[in-house]
Amino acid sequence: MQRKRQGEGARAADGRQRFWLDQTGNVNKIVYAVYAICAVLLAIDPLISRYGPFAIERWFGFYGLYSLAACVVLVIVAKQVLRRLVMRPEDYYDD
Amino acid sequence: MMTDISPGLILIIGALLVPLLRGRARSLFMLALPVLAFVHLIALPYGLSGELEYLGLNLVTLRVDRLSSLFGYIFLIATLVSVIFALHIKDVVQQCAALIYAGSAVGAVFAGDLVTLFVFWEGTAMASVALIWARGTQSAYRAGMRYLIVQVLSGLLLFFGVLLNYRATGSISFEAIGLETTAGVLIFLAFGIKCAFPLLHNWLQDAYPEATVTGTVWLSVFTTKLAVYALARGYAGTEILVPIGVIMTLFPIFYAVIENDLRRVLAYSLNNQLGFMVVGVGIGTQMAINGAAAHAVAHILYKALLLMSMGAVLYRLGTVRGSELGGLYKSMPWTAGLCIVGAASISAFPLFSGFISKSLIISAAMEEGYFWTWLMLLFASAGVLLYCGIKVPYYAFFAQDSGKRCEEAPPNMLAAMGIAAVLCIAIGVMPAVLYSVLPYAVDYNPYSPGYVVKQLQILMFSALAFILLMRAGLYPRPMGSVNLDFDWIYRRPGRSMLQSLVSLWQLISSRGTKAMTRTVSAFLSRLYRHHGPDGVLARTWPTGSMAIWASLLLAAYMIAYFV
Repeated sequence: MQRKRQGEGARAADGRQRFWLDQTGNVNKIVYAVYAICAVLLAIDPLISRYGPFAIERWFGFYGLYSLAACVVLVIVAKQVLRRLVMRPEDYYDD
Repeated sequence: MMTDISPGLILIIGALLVPLLRGRARSLFMLALPVLAFVHLIALPYGLSGELEYLGLNLVTLRVDRLSSLFGYIFLIATLVSVIFALHIKDVVQQCAALIYAGSAVGAVFAGDLVTLFVFWEGTAMASVALIWARGTQSAYRAGMRYLIVQVLSGLLLFFGVLLNYRATGSISFEAIGLETTAGVLIFLAFGIKCAFPLLHNWLQDAYPEATVTGTVWLSVFTTKLAVYALARGYAGTEILVPIGVIMTLFPIFYAVIENDLRRVLAYSLNNQLGFMVVGVGIGTQMAINGAAAHAVAHILYKALLLMSMGAVLYRLGTVRGSELGGLYKSMPWTAGLCIVGAASISAFPLFSGFISKSLIISAAMEEGYFWTWLMLLFASAGVLLYCGIKVPYYAFFAQDSGKRCEEAPPNMLAAMGIAAVLCIAIGVMPAVLYSVLPYAVDYNPYSPGYVVKQLQILMFSALAFILLMRAGLYPRPMGSVNLDFDWIYRRPGRSMLQSLVSLWQLISSRGTKAMTRTVSAFLSRLYRHHGPDGVLARTWPTGSMAIWASLLLAAYMIAYFV
């Protein structure tokens, strides 16, 4: 999203049609909406009925916080570990 | 009589007639084939039919029950969608191959015995490789070759498994098989290759993204879901499928995060989604089997939709590399919107198809007390949004504007994507329709408020993770690269091993030829000494020269032969 913002200044002058998403403010609106929805979902967390067999499910905000952690782990491991192990130049298999 | 014909044969026989037609007539005929087969399937009564005597074996070419009908329906719907998506193609080889491939998959689903299954199993392998080779590039040719070798290997394992099974039991019927016998293990591996089990998986990520724009869509529908069907039929409740499935849901998503080719991202995600189905088959309760079958149906539609949207991008711009795309929603707003529907479905947003099918599997895992499996499936569910649901539309259509401008996708592509998108939403909004055709009766409501909130928590916090990682500069930018996967084993060390074996053989054979030449010439000179013009045995014998010439010719022949 940082990159999108940088691209904009240059894009505005070229006379091409401007779109709603071209404005940084609108991108931020989406981002704030996600923050707000997450906050609401966390706030109503105690109201959800949980009847599953696993105790961990009943921890406050388990689903949201576990997912957040899962995604961070996924990205960090993929980027820092897997990429270092397996990334090769595009012509690696060419002879 | 008509009730004896497998719906698959309608597609295959139809495919053979396609070259006889031209232009609009051919298009209409190809559209009519899946419709005809679908109507035929609806009219078929449940039970076994189409029995044939072959080499003393009693083949049952048509078994219609709830499980096979469901896969038959969805295969035929997907065939219709794929035909529409490929209507602009004039290449008759691709058209025939695609229909034979689809017909073989449908035929395999309705196979009542293992021999019939084997025949159609091989049919899917042979016909589908044409869709990869039709791309016409060198890398597509090579990937197709690797793909074909792996697929044929799966067929061979199935063949030997069926043979052993027949010798042991005297039966070729295709019922629950289990892993107790060698035959059972061989057939399991054959299914496992086609289902892209871990370490047997790489043909999928290797070959699918190399196929043509339309070919990848066809490929994504049939081969792997046929394998899911076969596993559900033969190995339901086989415990080892649960850990296998869990691994399948996990490791491909790490690759998908760093992959640049967006069709390859979708291939990794296909592998991940298969994992959910395999877990369902492994758990094996009625709810879990229902979940696996429902997820196969939902998955076929949203995966085809996603691959069609990327196919449209490839068709218009000649690339689907994330590092070269961005901002395309300005040129292809419809394709972008339809892609987002597919992304929402695979991410399992409430009101989209993935939500009502995946929840069956996850709930089944929970009910049966599979704690770690459940935890890992949640991990993968969160990951799906990150690496696929957001990544694919984001880097293709949004992100940094690449400056690329093109036309919107052609009308036939939009129509095909539109149908798939409508079905994705319809299944999500009206789950009762899909639930009513599942193998077992369903007593499940995915739209309980608690479940919806939990799912929204998973998805929205994953979206939050994406935003935070992006803003922190931690999300890996797409980069032009090759990421080594298991195919490295046979493409690098395997290949050099083969090459050294070949040169070793050449060395041995050339040494051997030299030794042979020496022996032969020593023999000849001895022969010459005795039988030659001055030879003791040949004096005044004119036949001596004859013999020498015959021997010389023989030697020349032998040398030429060995060299």
